[in-house]
Amino acid sequence: MSAERIARRFARLKAEGRAGLVAFITAGDPDHETSRAILEGLPEAGADVIELGMPFTDPMADGPAIQAAGLRALKAGATTVHTLDLVRALRARDDETPVVLMGYYNPIHSYGVDRFLTDAKAAGVDGLIVVDLPPEEDEELCLPALKAGVNFIRLATPTTDDKRLPTVLRNTSGFVYYVSVTGITGAASAGDAEIAIAVERLKRHTDLPVAVGFGIKTPEQAAAVARTADAAVVGSAIVNRVAAGLDGDGLPKPDLVEDVLGFVRDLAAGVRGARG
Amino acid sequence: MTRPNTFRSGPDERGHFGIFGGRFVAETLMPLILDVERAYSDARADPDFEGDLKTRLKQYVGRPNPLYFAERMTRELGGAKIFFKREELNHTGAHKINNCIGQILLARRMGKKRIIAETGAGQHGVATATVCALFDMPCVIYMGEVDIARQQPNVFRMKLLGAEVRSVTSGARTLKDAMNDALRDWVTNVADTYYLIGTAAGPHPYPMMVRDFQSVIGEEVKAQMQEQEGRLPDSIVACIGGGSNAIGIFHPFLDEPSVKLIGVEAAGHGLDKGPDDHAASIAGGRPGVLHGNRTYLLQDADGQIRDGHSISAGLDYPGVGPEHAWLHDSGRVEYVSATDDETLKAFQYCSRTEGILPALESAHALVEVMRRAPTLSPEHLMVLCLSGRGDKDIFTVAKHLGVSL
Ligand SMILES: Cc1ncc(COP(=O)(O)O)c(C=O)c1O
Repeated sequence: MSAERIARRFARLKAEGRAGLVAFITAGDPDHETSRAILEGLPEAGADVIELGMPFTDPMADGPAIQAAGLRALKAGATTVHTLDLVRALRARDDETPVVLMGYYNPIHSYGVDRFLTDAKAAGVDGLIVVDLPPEEDEELCLPALKAGVNFIRLATPTTDDKRLPTVLRNTSGFVYYVSVTGITGAASAGDAEIAIAVERLKRHTDLPVAVGFGIKTPEQAAAVARTADAAVVGSAIVNRVAAGLDGDGLPKPDLVEDVLGFVRDLAAGVRGARG
Repeated sequence: MTRPNTFRSGPDERGHFGIFGGRFVAETLMPLILDVERAYSDARADPDFEGDLKTRLKQYVGRPNPLYFAERMTRELGGAKIFFKREELNHTGAHKINNCIGQILLARRMGKKRIIAETGAGQHGVATATVCALFDMPCVIYMGEVDIARQQPNVFRMKLLGAEVRSVTSGARTLKDAMNDALRDWVTNVADTYYLIGTAAGPHPYPMMVRDFQSVIGEEVKAQMQEQEGRLPDSIVACIGGGSNAIGIFHPFLDEPSVKLIGVEAAGHGLDKGPDDHAASIAGGRPGVLHGNRTYLLQDADGQIRDGHSISAGLDYPGVGPEHAWLHDSGRVEYVSATDDETLKAFQYCSRTEGILPALESAHALVEVMRRAPTLSPEHLMVLCLSGRGDKDIFTVAKHLGVSL
């Protein structure tokens, strides 16, 4: 059960005639054990694909919610090794749900690209989204990742025009992540009509599944996206539920994990019911 | 590493200086970065742009500024003949304005309607606010909360100039965090906004462009030294924050092997104290990727960026421009460092011996001048890049000297 988890998952979604839910959490937020409990609960709660954020001190493309999640994780001792441990823990129970690591290049650069790819693949990682690696820097990580059998998922944005899209899509694999707004994570979402037009545009350029994210906060919004895209990505809203589950000392309250997973269940219900 | 034929050919078309530099930005920004690159290369080929830039540098900034023979300091230190390149006499009191004039002319050519910038010491913020006032453009300056507290005069100055100063509360609340927030603003407002980066760092073409706009410093030194002493200087010393004043004064001399070039990083409480106690990325960091380029960075074993520290808000940055990273590896420039305490002494020394209050940033370079000059012969011509004036720092200096104002 290896590299093609992403392709298999999207094939199954297609067969079921529905879009998927991509759920984002930050690895190690608010601490390793709690994060592991959330992660292990995500498939059952209805996450079709898991995006696991790799904490970084300087997340330039993230808004306050994901910035804070990363800092909580780092404060609790999160490292790249721990992030891969989390993936391994999940894989011990679930060998089907794709896991995509999302983050910034420096921690990977520091770990060493080859060593990182070997370890990530061995841990059960299926793909990478690295925000600060545009196609112009493909030699850094994208090409080595593809060679190692790890998907490299690219972000396309409203500023990626038709002329540039082929460049962005060229070495993309797994799926394409459409960032529906120009902005940082957690910002206001784009309108449904705009998203539909954008998805259609991407579909003219690629056969890969298109996931849409940035600004999706409620099951209703997720459902709206799920009517046009192949998957809806929810990040900040989930991470905000983690923040809301902390007590005054920043420690997890007893119902944190259940509350977060409950919210993911609601999102999944929205996505699953979207085309029905 | 083999010695290249020239040290002045970088960067390549992808923005690399050796392994350093590059364009490590989010996709949302990438088309814009390519636009900036195109617009900049068009501008450089346009004699009207060059002419406009020259006139404004002369009439508005006050260039050329003097290459001043610091006679008393030379006599007291008893060695090399010391000259100050007087960037502190520019309008707004530092070298930062050279770059701001160039970039705002570019932003106007590109039809941009709004300017954003990051600032540490506030000098770049003031210079940006100044050119925005001059060209009637709305201006938002991102500044760390800590820097706002220690650079009050500049914060007020920016407000008087009509800029909005946004306090940055993430991370260590200093320059690096201000740059993060400026980048976040930029991805959000890509269509109408121009990001006016203040140092020779960031994604290509910024390191090259900022260097080009600052090279006027070194060009003038070359001509002035020729006129005053009939030859090239023997050594040039400049402080390194992101490295814009240094690359500006060094670049015209990179292919003059007789000219020794020395960059001075901020050693804060001391290099031996740990990565959060200094801001010397070359001496105490290793290569990594941040803010759009690969360069030397202060980081922990896991690639998380450290906060760094310097008494000087303008040097308190955990990275350095990529061209400096390359000049270090290639051995063309020597990089040393100066601590907070040494800098405070140099600041006071310069004030008393030459009647010039240097910026704390520039005082770091002066520390190295004071170390070296006494060991050299009177024929040795040494240039200090006096990148800015110290008026903005008097509160910080007073505090460290235990004086309440
Ligand atoms: C007077 C002065 N010198 C030097 C610097 C450091 O910047 P750079 O290394 O880009 O010249 C600053 C930055 O604020 C400054 O204000």
